[in-house]
Amino acid sequence: MSNPEVLVETDAVTRFYGRQAAVSDMSFVIRRGEVLGFLGPNGAGKTTTMQMLSGNLAPSAGRVLIAGHDMREAPERAKTHLGYLPEYPPLYREFTVDEYLDYAAALRRIPRKARRDARERAKARCGLSDVGGRLSANLSKGFQQRVGLAQAIIHDPDVVILDEPTVGLDPIQIREVRALIRELGREHAVILSTHILPEVQASCDRVQIIHKGRLVLSEDIDTLMARVESQALIAAFRKAPDLDAIGKLAGVRSVTAEDGGRVRILHEPGIDPTDAIMRVAIERDWGLREINPEHSTLESIFVELTGESPEAA
Amino acid sequence: MIRTIAWREWRALFLSPLAFVILGVTQIILARLFLGHVNLFLMLEARLTTLPNAPGLTTLVATPLLGNTGVLLLLITPLATMRLIAEERHNRTLTLLYSSPASLTEIVLGKYFGILGFYAVIILMSLAMPLSLLIGGGLDWGALACGLLGLVLFASSLAAIGLFMSTLTRHPAVAAMGTFGAVFFLWIVDYAGHGRGAGGAIVGYLSIVNHYEPFLRGLFDTSNVAYYLVLTVTFLVFSVRRLETDRLGTR
Repeated sequence: MSNPEVLVETDAVTRFYGRQAAVSDMSFVIRRGEVLGFLGPNGAGKTTTMQMLSGNLAPSAGRVLIAGHDMREAPERAKTHLGYLPEYPPLYREFTVDEYLDYAAALRRIPRKARRDARERAKARCGLSDVGGRLSANLSKGFQQRVGLAQAIIHDPDVVILDEPTVGLDPIQIREVRALIRELGREHAVILSTHILPEVQASCDRVQIIHKGRLVLSEDIDTLMARVESQALIAAFRKAPDLDAIGKLAGVRSVTAEDGGRVRILHEPGIDPTDAIMRVAIERDWGLREINPEHSTLESIFVELTGESPEAA
Repeated sequence: MIRTIAWREWRALFLSPLAFVILGVTQIILARLFLGHVNLFLMLEARLTTLPNAPGLTTLVATPLLGNTGVLLLLITPLATMRLIAEERHNRTLTLLYSSPASLTEIVLGKYFGILGFYAVIILMSLAMPLSLLIGGGLDWGALACGLLGLVLFASSLAAIGLFMSTLTRHPAVAAMGTFGAVFFLWIVDYAGHGRGAGGAIVGYLSIVNHYEPFLRGLFDTSNVAYYLVLTVTFLVFSVRRLETDRLGTR
């Protein structure tokens, strides 16, 4: 089982809108049991990629294979292996949740007898058991998102594609959805797009960063996290500390005072001066209130990878 | 698959007030016209009995009413078909169909049969009135069946045109206006060049109503059947092609 089955394969997929390439030359594979996070700022081509993977949009060039079926040559067979939650959940407002899920099940060619079970299972997994009789139009955004999610997994597809699945959810729901994604990731291949770094950390095995339609990075989550490993500490003191004294500690590169009595301490990679700072703070009675590693944000990874800020992209 | 999509379409129509309003208004207008036809028949009845081969109840009441239903369908079609694809595009629900294992042909046919199901309800309800004449009289079943076949073919072609217009846009109102224009144009196209030379004949042939009238007179002509079938199939194929370009997406 060292090399599980490849469920999604894209080969030099390119997509033009007019003259502008929204996605260019994108190749990657996803295997069973993997959760792949697509990370990128808005407008990087995430949604376009998701639309091509789900058969909503034909690539201008290149191939998409879902479970071995070519999306262009055998779209119906490819799509039976696919569940897709688009950016906006495709709900029929005038239908109840149950009616809607039954329709989705029928569209996915689930035999009539098995539809009820499939619907109930999907509802249970997405926390919808109590709202089966309600109209989609009257549900909150979070519930609508969950109905969209239920629709995507009702036929137990090999490949689940989720475009920003946690948008509009409250923190508890986000936790539940992340747990569900992890659970799906054990048996299936899951692709999710997001612009939120913690989301990737929480749910994904592998990360691909996309920028201006190109893959700029494709790495295991652990490797990526090591890469963005903090090289700075933020500390706050009750009394004004002696910045020079901190600057002389082993491994510290520079010290700068920030707003609110906070101090930002840049250090050499691999040498953590936290203990030393705490000792000095106690000796000199500075009143250390907090000390935290400063985590890199998506922006800082972006700047590192692309040399420009996401806003400029 | 086609049945699943058609069933949803039909259900969705009846979950909105639009379908009921259309049915109600149609029924009121047809009832008024029906009374008019019956009135005319009662006025002429005494004189008709003296004529050999006189037109009967079917010719004077039933088939004119089918003709009226046809005209009403011309006006209803833009409203009934505008939502088919346009609304799904507007509400972004089309992705559900596109990412399901349904071919574009199945999607188009599903939508098409869904709306035909609604037309079937309209036609059946309009038939109820002439059938009520059976209480006091007899009907010419052959002529009635011929007129009904004409109406069904006529309605099928209207629905196909409306469906195509709905695939062109994301705004139902735009689709409605397009359908109205197309259907109305096909209706009045022969007003100018009625029967003048070859050009007039061609223009007259295009008219959507000219092919319906023979059915109402009890004339079954395969060329008229062919006209409606060609019109229907053409616009269904156009619809599939249009959705294909949607996916190729040169937005």
